[in-house]
Amino acid sequence: MAKKIVIEPVTRVEGHGKVTIQIDDNNNIIQSRLHIVEFRGFERFVLGRPYWEAPVLVQRLCGICPVSHHLAAAKAMDVIVGAGTGEGLTPVAEKMRRLMHYGQIFQSHSLHFFHLASPDLLFGYDALPEKRNVINIAIENKDLAVQAVLMRKFGQEVIARTAGKKIHGTGAIPGGINKNLSIKERDELLKGPNPFNADMMITWAKAAIDFFKSYYKKNKDFIDNFSKFPSNHLSLVRKDGALDLYHGVLRAVDENGKKILNDVDYQDYLEYIREEVRSWSYMKFPYLKQLGPDKGWYRVGPLARLNTVDFIPTPLAQKEFEEYKSITGKISNICLHTHWARLIETLHAAEMIRDLLNDPDLQSENLITKGTKAKRGIGLIEAPRGTLFHDYEINDNDQIIKCNLIVSTTNNNQPMNESVNFIAKSLINGKSNISESMLNAIEVGIRAYDPCLSCATHAFGEMPLEITLIDSKGNIIDKKSK
Amino acid sequence: MPNKKKIIATTSLAGCFGCHMSFLDIDERILDLIELVEFNKSPINDIKKFTKHCDIGIIEGGCCNDENVHVLKEFRKNCDILISLGECAIMGGLPALRNGIPLSECLEEAYLNGPTVKDANPRKIIPNDPDIPKILNKVYPCHEIVKIDYFLPGCPPRADLIWNALYALVVGNEMLIPYEVLKYD
Repeated sequence: MAKKIVIEPVTRVEGHGKVTIQIDDNNNIIQSRLHIVEFRGFERFVLGRPYWEAPVLVQRLCGICPVSHHLAAAKAMDVIVGAGTGEGLTPVAEKMRRLMHYGQIFQSHSLHFFHLASPDLLFGYDALPEKRNVINIAIENKDLAVQAVLMRKFGQEVIARTAGKKIHGTGAIPGGINKNLSIKERDELLKGPNPFNADMMITWAKAAIDFFKSYYKKNKDFIDNFSKFPSNHLSLVRKDGALDLYHGVLRAVDENGKKILNDVDYQDYLEYIREEVRSWSYMKFPYLKQLGPDKGWYRVGPLARLNTVDFIPTPLAQKEFEEYKSITGKISNICLHTHWARLIETLHAAEMIRDLLNDPDLQSENLITKGTKAKRGIGLIEAPRGTLFHDYEINDNDQIIKCNLIVSTTNNNQPMNESVNFIAKSLINGKSNISESMLNAIEVGIRAYDPCLSCATHAFGEMPLEITLIDSKGNIIDKKSK
Repeated sequence: MPNKKKIIATTSLAGCFGCHMSFLDIDERILDLIELVEFNKSPINDIKKFTKHCDIGIIEGGCCNDENVHVLKEFRKNCDILISLGECAIMGGLPALRNGIPLSECLEEAYLNGPTVKDANPRKIIPNDPDIPKILNKVYPCHEIVKIDYFLPGCPPRADLIWNALYALVVGNEMLIPYEVLKYD
C-alpha cells in the first residue's frame, strides 16, 4: 500500500510552495514533488499593452527583485527600438542600468544572507523555529542586525537614485534611461558618513564571507554532504568568460565542467531552451533542447554562475573566487556552496558599485539611443537568483502580441525537486515515521536556492512546514509541523 | 510592560511581496518597531498559525485562488484591525489585469501557446492536480471578501507611509499622513 507524505506551508495558508513525497510499504521513496501553487497569467494579460509599458508592468511579478524584471524587459525593448542587444546603449545609459542592477544584487543577496541564512548559522539548524529569525538576531546580536539593515538599505538607496524609486522604479526605458546620476546623488553613496558608503559596504561584504568561511571550517561535513547531485549549470557570461550579471552570452556546462552550450547569442535562445509542463505544478520545467527534459535540466544562480565563469573582474571578489575554487575544484554540485558563492557575488557587487560611482560617464547627458524598429526583442539578465528570460513580439500598432517569461526560480524547478528528493531519500528511506530533523532538512534544502516562490515564503526567513503521512485511502497516519 | 505590546500579523496573498519589502524599507526603525510590537503569524517569524488574538493584521495582495480567500478570512477572525496594504489588496492591482480575460485563455497562453512550450507539450497538459489550489475566475480586492478597516495606497506604499500609519495605530494617535508620502504609483 503506497503512502503519501505532504509537506506544505501552514495548512495551505501561506500557500506558495508545497512538497509531497510518496513512499511504498517498506517506506522507500517512490517519488517526491515540489509543487508551486501560484499562477498569475502575465503572459496573457500583457498582450495588447503598448511595448513601452513592459519594463514597469512586468516588474510587478516580483517586489523582491523588481529591478531584474525591469531591466530584462528594458533590454528586450532596446532590441525592439533598434538600440542594439545590450551593447548599443550610450555609456551613461548602460552604466546607470548596471549600477541599478548591482545595487539590487547587493540588497537581495544581503537580505538572503542576513535575514535567511544567518539565523541558521548563528542559532543552528536545529534551533527552535521561533528563535531562527531576524527579530531574534536583532535581540541577541544588535550590531549584526544593524549591519544587515544598513547593507540592504544601501542597495535600496542605489536603486532609488538610479530607478527613481526603491521598489518598482521607472529608470530604464526602451533604448536607455530617463535620468543620469547627479554629483550630489553620487557623493551620498560614495562619500556618505560611515558606515553608509561604498567602501564600508565592501568591508562588510568581505566580513560576511569571513563569517561563512569560519562556519564552513567547523561544519565542512555538513555543508559538503547535506545535498549534492550532479547537474548542468547555465548562466550568462561576458564574452571573455568573466562574471557579468548585466549582459553576456549564454554558456552551460555539464556536471564535470565541460561546455555544452558554448557562449551563444541569447537572441537565439529558442534554439536551445524548452519547457516541460507537468500537471502537478504551476511552474514549468525548463531544459536544454539538445539534451531533452530528462538530461537537459540545469541549475542557475550563484552556484551555477561560479561554475560557468572563468574569473571575476574585480580584485577582492577574484581573490575569494580563487580560494573558493581551491576548495570546490573546477565545479561544485554541492547545494550549500550556493551560500558561499552568493557572498562572493555580494562582494563583487559592492566593488562594482564603487567603481561605477567613480565613473564620470554617469554624469553624461546622452541618455537615449534610437534605431530601426524591430518586431521582436529578447532580453536576458542574471537576476540575483539566476538567469531571467524576457521575450516579446509587437505588431504595427506597437502593441505586445506575444510574451514569454522564464524567471530565475523556474529554471531551478527541477534542481529544487532533485534536492527535495535527495534529502528525502537520505532521511526517510526505510524509516517508518517523520522526524523533526526531516522537516528542518527539507526546508534548508529548498532555501539554499533562495527560491522566489512567487516572491513569498523565502523572503523573511522560515518556510513554515507541515508534514502529513497519508495512506492510499486518504487516512492520516502521522502528522508533524514546526 | 511587555504585555502591553500591540500584536501584529502580516501575510502576502496575490501580491509580489513588494509591500513587505517596502515595510522592510523602514530600515533602522525596524529596531524601534520591535520595541513597540510583538509579531504573531507572519512570514517574518515562522509562526504559522495564529497563537493569540492580534490587534493589527496587515494584508498584502488580493485574492486570486481559494487559499487566499481562506487566509484572508482567518485574518479577519483573528485581528481587530485589518489593513489593506498596497494596490493589489485595495483593488486587485496588476494581477487584476486578467479580470477582463477568460481564465482559460491565461492558462492556454502560459502552458500551450508560449514559444518554449508549444512544441514541447504534446499532451497539452495544463496544471490541474488536486495538490495545487484552484484559481478563482477573477482577482478580488480584499474588501470584497471581508471588512477592511484601513487602506494604505501605493505600489508599493512608501516606507514612511507604512511607518506613520503603523506607529499611529500602535501608540493610539491620529494618523498624520503628509501629502508627500501619500502616493499611488
